[in-house]
Amino acid sequence: MRRREALAKLTGRERYVDDLPLDDFLWGMTVRSPAPRGRVTAIRFGTDIAWSEFVVVDHRDIPGPNVVALIEQDQPVLAAGYVRHVHEPVLLLAHPSREALRRAARSIEVVVAPEPPALDFRAPPGPAEIQYGTDNVLKRLQIVKGDVERALARAPVVVSGTYETGAQEHVYLEPQGMIASLEGGVLVVKGSMQCPYYVLKALQHALAREEALVRVIQTPTGGGFGGKEEFPSHIALHAALLALKSGRPVKLIYDRGEDMAATTKRHPALVRHRTGLGRDGRLLAQDIEVVIDGGAYVTLSPVVLSRAIIHAAGPYACDHVRISGRAMFTNAVPFGAFRGFGAPQSQFAGERHMDVIARTLGMDAVELRRINLLADGQSTATGQVIRDGTDRLAVMERALALSRYREKQREHAAFNATHATLRRGSGLATFYHGAGFTGGGEVALQSRVRVAGRPDGRIEVLSANIEMGQGTLTVFTELAAARLGVAPEDVTVAEADTARVPNSGPTVASRTTMIVGGLLERAADDLRRRVGLDDTARGATVQQAIRRWHREHPGEPLFGEAAYEKPPGIAWDDTTYRGDAYGAFAWAAYVAEVEVDLRTCATCVIDFVAVQEVGKVLNPTLAKGQVQGGVVQGIGWALMEECKWREGAMANNQLTNYLIPTSDDVPSVRVAFLENPYPHGAGGAKGLGELPIDGPAPAIVNAVARATGADPRAIPLTPERLMELMINAEFGMRNAE
Amino acid sequence: MTTLAVTFTLNGEPVSLGVDPAARLLDTLRYQLALTGTKEGCGEGECGACTVYLDGVPVNSCLVPTYQVRGQRVETVESLDPGALEPFERCGATQCGACTPGVVMTASWIREHPELLDIHSIRELMAGNLCRCTGYDGIVDSVAEALRKT
Repeated sequence: MRRREALAKLTGRERYVDDLPLDDFLWGMTVRSPAPRGRVTAIRFGTDIAWSEFVVVDHRDIPGPNVVALIEQDQPVLAAGYVRHVHEPVLLLAHPSREALRRAARSIEVVVAPEPPALDFRAPPGPAEIQYGTDNVLKRLQIVKGDVERALARAPVVVSGTYETGAQEHVYLEPQGMIASLEGGVLVVKGSMQCPYYVLKALQHALAREEALVRVIQTPTGGGFGGKEEFPSHIALHAALLALKSGRPVKLIYDRGEDMAATTKRHPALVRHRTGLGRDGRLLAQDIEVVIDGGAYVTLSPVVLSRAIIHAAGPYACDHVRISGRAMFTNAVPFGAFRGFGAPQSQFAGERHMDVIARTLGMDAVELRRINLLADGQSTATGQVIRDGTDRLAVMERALALSRYREKQREHAAFNATHATLRRGSGLATFYHGAGFTGGGEVALQSRVRVAGRPDGRIEVLSANIEMGQGTLTVFTELAAARLGVAPEDVTVAEADTARVPNSGPTVASRTTMIVGGLLERAADDLRRRVGLDDTARGATVQQAIRRWHREHPGEPLFGEAAYEKPPGIAWDDTTYRGDAYGAFAWAAYVAEVEVDLRTCATCVIDFVAVQEVGKVLNPTLAKGQVQGGVVQGIGWALMEECKWREGAMANNQLTNYLIPTSDDVPSVRVAFLENPYPHGAGGAKGLGELPIDGPAPAIVNAVARATGADPRAIPLTPERLMELMINAEFGMRNAE
Repeated sequence: MTTLAVTFTLNGEPVSLGVDPAARLLDTLRYQLALTGTKEGCGEGECGACTVYLDGVPVNSCLVPTYQVRGQRVETVESLDPGALEPFERCGATQCGACTPGVVMTASWIREHPELLDIHSIRELMAGNLCRCTGYDGIVDSVAEALRKT
């Protein structure tokens, strides 16, 4: 099936939040902290502005607790006299003219008495920089399997390495925005978001309103990638406060500069490995330390850290593993959810380290992976026994064959020996990604989905899971149509409006198709039962029974419902971090071929092969598009996307100097799937959305190392960074001579 | 506030209106003329989401002051023939859709000027339209398909 809303998007008819018709409204704007830490001693309003025309909101206008409800209740809606990061919201303004608003905002001076900020998450904070607990550690987590110290002491070879990854900005093409208005006594907030019920909860909490007096509606969302997971709650609250105070609709749309400066980004990370190996390359012990920069509030950092450490040991069998994780408080703009959610950081380190090990042992990088990849019956770092029947070696072999990895090695050797200025190489990464919330998370969510039968016999899917480009509308349509045997044209997907749809959980964590789609299938079965049919009834029979039911029950709603149930045999202990971290893992092997220009040290990816096993592929065009998009986002993170920092805030908050890949920067991404249907996922599918961001960076950096002989350990591997490495390597070599 | 009277041709029809001297064509189209198909992605001419044709040539409408289009022809995504967009639907050219109107405008222009492909690749010609979802294969394949059908 083709993407449902494709034609609306192609013709420009799709209406995003800033496209909605709106009468008699005010524009909203946020006034922010200029300093990373300190007491707000004064707010000076410019004297050349007619302030009586403006609505001004500060923390005293918040009816409930001044908190954006999330994991911890630590982040204020508006700073109350103290700021912890640059760009922290202090005041809100509204006015009918956007130009007048911008002039007014520029005229306001927020005066801060500065205190020493903590700005480097890698270094222990000085005493004056402690702001969270006794050591600025937001969260500590550990996974222990076997006895790692003993195994390291006995290992014939120990290889250590330290790896770093930078922040990444989401750059969804539609900047964030919300509209808030009062309809009757009900506060209605519409906008670009991934998680309508997160926004609803945050609004209820800080505005002290009961659920019936708040309604959240997701508008077509122009990309999210995690950036619209937790952050939209802030904008929703800001727009709502202005609407409540003014009594008029308020539209608060970030421009690109504000969006890049003030919203979350991927957590920067530092990962240290100490690995014990047999002389044959078998992994005997993995001691791993993962440190991430959380920024100035807790946000989702504990859960990002959790996913980072669970994925840190890679898809390999090892009996003795210790993974220690820390999320650090700093006075940086808070970091947050971004596709992959910690796993790309820890797997960049792990997969780059595998190549460092191979080089140290004088071993083939493919062979090292071949002897260590998890086989069915073996267990991950948390002790989760893998028995899904996927042939992980076959996934790797397919990637090697499609990329002509072996032949290319010979071709590259010949090319590199003769070419004056160009160097080529191929790199491999084998990796995995757990789908759905970690551990007991899915149980805690208690997701519910409804499938309604309409009086005309049509089917309507009701869930809080949203379309942001990844294909929810199409896949949900296909799943409902296939389950009930009806035509896709007879299926609609309800707008994600909290007044109408049940809470099926957030649109995150590669869970929408696999988990929520599975609920949809069971809700469709329930609908069938409610009209007196068994699970074999299909098509016209079902639709006739629905119409008959409505004739017999005029005016009553008809829907089937399903609530989340844990798949059998899954057990997780959150206190010991042992057990089945995820219902299912998707597995992958990616190969990057690069060409490095020795004159500029610029790296160009000239071929990319992405092979994965994601259960059953439900829609080949959408699935391929997810992988290709994830790979290109990964190429950007690996080579060019560099956040420059000034006092913990992004200094290059423009697309002019924060570069993301264009069509001319990347090759065609060649995608192949191996299919091993997952019995507990919708239609046999496993989660797919995040997997493709985990593999590109290590595959590319491994390829650069192969091409140049350099040993890069940090991304983004910009030309400047690679040049420095190569100059140092050359200088070091001359010294050694 | 001073306003300037501006007359131009928009999607084949004459338009006259008063605009702020500082108004960008993008805002005039979106907020004054309710043609919201043209999107703002970056506001500085980097992303191409706001691409329109000015006298037949693709431009970033965020960089064009509205008063400058006096007497000129402006065409927006709303002027395109939806029937010609089938390859884009089939080959996965759109995901979130925020870059899509701009992508379709540039792509349609390439289709009108196939001689450009003697010198440039589709990837070079599409490099002014940033997309964060597709990885560009869906877009490049769609343009190639559309050219084949012409």
